[in-house]
Amino acid sequence: MSTANPADTATTTAAAVPASPAAPAGTGADRRWVWIVVAVAAVLPLLHAVVPDIVSDYRLFLMSTMMIAAIAVLGLNLLTGFNGQISLGHGAFYAVGAYTAAVLMDKLDLPYWTLLPLVAAVCFVVGFLFGLPALRLEGHYLALATFALALAVPQMLKYKWLEGLTGGVQGIVLLKPEAPFGLPLSEDQWLYYYCLIVTVLLYWAAWNMLRGRSGRAMMAIRDHHMAADTMGIDTARYKAVTFGISAAYTGIAGALSASAIAFVAPDSFGFFLSISLLIGLVVGGVASLPGSIIGGIFTVLVQNSAQALSNFVKNDIGLPYDLSPYSVYGILLLVLMYVMPTGIAGGVVLAWRRLRR
Amino acid sequence: MAAFLEVNGLKAYYGQTQALYDVAFALEQGGITTLLGANGAGKTTTLRAICNMVRTEGRISFDGQPIVGRATESIVRLGVAHVPEGRGTFTTLTVEENLRIAAYTRGRSARAEVKRDLDMVFEYFPRLSERIEQQAGTLSGGEQQMLAVSRALMLRPRLMLLDEPSFGLAPLIVQEIFRILRRINNESKVSMLLVEQNAALALELADHAYVLETGRVVMAGPSAVVKNDENIRKSYLGY
Amino acid sequence: MEQLIQQIASGLANGAIYACVALALVMIFVSTDHINFAQGEMAMFSTYISWQLIQWGLDYWVAFFVTVVVSFVAGVLIERIVLRPLHSAPVLSIVVVFIGLLAICNSVAGTAWSYLIKEYPTPFPKELFGLSGLIGAHQLGVVIVTLIVLSLLYVFFRYTPLGLAMRAAAQNPVSARLSGVRVDWMLALGWGLAAAVGAVAGMMVAHIVYLDPNMMAGILLYAFAGALLGGISNPGGAVLGGFIVGVLENLVAYLGNAIEKGFGVYIIGNGEKLTVALIIVITVLTLKPSGLFGRVVVKRV
Repeated sequence: MSTANPADTATTTAAAVPASPAAPAGTGADRRWVWIVVAVAAVLPLLHAVVPDIVSDYRLFLMSTMMIAAIAVLGLNLLTGFNGQISLGHGAFYAVGAYTAAVLMDKLDLPYWTLLPLVAAVCFVVGFLFGLPALRLEGHYLALATFALALAVPQMLKYKWLEGLTGGVQGIVLLKPEAPFGLPLSEDQWLYYYCLIVTVLLYWAAWNMLRGRSGRAMMAIRDHHMAADTMGIDTARYKAVTFGISAAYTGIAGALSASAIAFVAPDSFGFFLSISLLIGLVVGGVASLPGSIIGGIFTVLVQNSAQALSNFVKNDIGLPYDLSPYSVYGILLLVLMYVMPTGIAGGVVLAWRRLRR
Repeated sequence: MAAFLEVNGLKAYYGQTQALYDVAFALEQGGITTLLGANGAGKTTTLRAICNMVRTEGRISFDGQPIVGRATESIVRLGVAHVPEGRGTFTTLTVEENLRIAAYTRGRSARAEVKRDLDMVFEYFPRLSERIEQQAGTLSGGEQQMLAVSRALMLRPRLMLLDEPSFGLAPLIVQEIFRILRRINNESKVSMLLVEQNAALALELADHAYVLETGRVVMAGPSAVVKNDENIRKSYLGY
Repeated sequence: MEQLIQQIASGLANGAIYACVALALVMIFVSTDHINFAQGEMAMFSTYISWQLIQWGLDYWVAFFVTVVVSFVAGVLIERIVLRPLHSAPVLSIVVVFIGLLAICNSVAGTAWSYLIKEYPTPFPKELFGLSGLIGAHQLGVVIVTLIVLSLLYVFFRYTPLGLAMRAAAQNPVSARLSGVRVDWMLALGWGLAAAVGAVAGMMVAHIVYLDPNMMAGILLYAFAGALLGGISNPGGAVLGGFIVGVLENLVAYLGNAIEKGFGVYIIGNGEKLTVALIIVITVLTLKPSGLFGRVVVKRV
């Protein structure tokens, strides 16, 4: 299968992963860390009884949004990091997931816990359908197509004919999920556990897929498309399916956010969202599952600390510069590509290796 | 006294792969030397190394000046013209534009000179003068080769590196081109380093020959001697 | 009928802007194989610079030319400092850097000049050539300025030695080097020109869409659509594509209005402009990625 592009592009779409291993969390040591983190995360809310001010509802809510962001970045990473298909428009799938969930909850009164499989299915189909024409696009062209998608999403959501469903510019207001079975948990605490369970499941699923045959095929396609083709890998199928799975992951994140924020509106799904996902991908570490988690945490931190950061720069450093999240993103994107292209996860791996010597 | 082009201990790499291990040869001013060898011996790589188009180690001196590590453009500006494998034609530019781009480095003041050089080139290759406004990509293989040699001439070089000028061309055209190369060498005194797979043709044209095998020089001598060497005859000349 | 002609004329004016930005995109693409996602924001930033100069009392056209020169220099510097070290980096890194540039341009502009929408002056008097019935004076001025800029560029590339050297460097960098051309500087010049052309586009459009840091996003998208439609490897094609897309944009809106008036059904209108651009982009990329006039180059293994 030859791809005819208007100009000879000599570079491949191999992601910037020179040093970090292809296997996402292969060694036993890595796995141990994962278990520790999960255990700590599971126990955390229970500490509320002991230190209610530190483990407050607000903080738990914040951590839920971090997990949601992590899932979204993980989705993007599957497509871009592990499969080499650049997407600047993943915010679109996040929006589809959020709106699907919102509409199902609002119009059909479906309970929130039935949503995720449905949302995953819808987003998978949308992603797969987008992945089909994307098969012929590589590198810059795919980036261009997804860039266009990211810019057009808010407009599409405001389309008159969909207003009946989407609520137009005003969006849809939802209810936050309550703890089931009468458990003595606040809404934010239950949301935290809900997100945690979903995150762990999705992470495990991704990890499983990546270390198996599918994962190797995905990465082979990323590293040398033509060679993968000639080796008999059905690149078309893998690429389109990966698009679908990636969209499903990010869509699930969107659906979770609909529950968490209890509100969806078109203007929250603009270009800034897609850039945030890209930042999360790059800062956390391209082609790194733990990196996706770090990336998700990072984006939430930046957005939440925007005000504090801005004050810091203005008052403490004395620069007459309004440090918005957007500027932080811009500076980081540039600096990282020169200094630490493998992101934090890659940086940690390198540092760890050096320490062990 | 140092030769016009002197190469010693030349190593060259494509990325991590080493292609030349230890190449050494010399070229006298005004002479024609040929590099022979089978596919993959490193002939093209040697020419590329001289122009710093690949990662190079070793010593190369051109007219007494060391040129290893210099940018390709500046080596060219010293007077080295490389007619690359595949002709290197600017396919979307016209024939005239292809020739003029080679005169780019000469600047405004040389306009009259450039005109004279164009006339000279068309004298050598009348076929090109018939196709001045034609898009160079539509020329035949032979014509593109003539164009490539002409571009090299427009640089007013002191040394011409020719990479497989006979490749893919009909025998009659090849003979015509080689005849003209001999003329150019006689009239303009341009030194030539010729890489050729067609050993018989190359040995006809050149005064000296070096034989390369997997990145090393395995034989050197005047063409007449090399031509009659039994091994060479069997391996490269077919008899 | 008159309204239709008005729409087409106005579409041509928009198309002129898209053609400029599309040309800038193609210049960079042809020489470096990169798509400059930051082109719109760079143009916007240049426009703010010109606005500031005007605020400081400079005459419109003086500010215009100063901005063009400053943008040119900035383009050269960006290529040499930001992009040069990455020339062999993977595509993802390069795309990320462009997005980073985009974000920085946008946020710095927002910080320096706030996100409040500003008015931008027009240098064209209201009664320009008496055609102000069919086409506004500013719009006509936009088309004229654009045509002048495009003609100058055409003459430069076609008839000057430097222009030839730049074309050669873009088409075949290896052969260009072997002809003694300093290819690296040609790339930097290409960037400078692209930045300058983008600045012209920004300054022309600011009067129409009002000056704010997000003004170029939609325009960039349409410029992409135009460049792709015409052929992203073909400057002439891209310019034509820009004009076509500009007219198309208005015709679609006009058609939508007509249908709404005639049948009372709203199908498409001004609110869907970005979606239309997206559809054009996806359609061209899917059906004929080389566009109407571009060349198809099959990748060799």
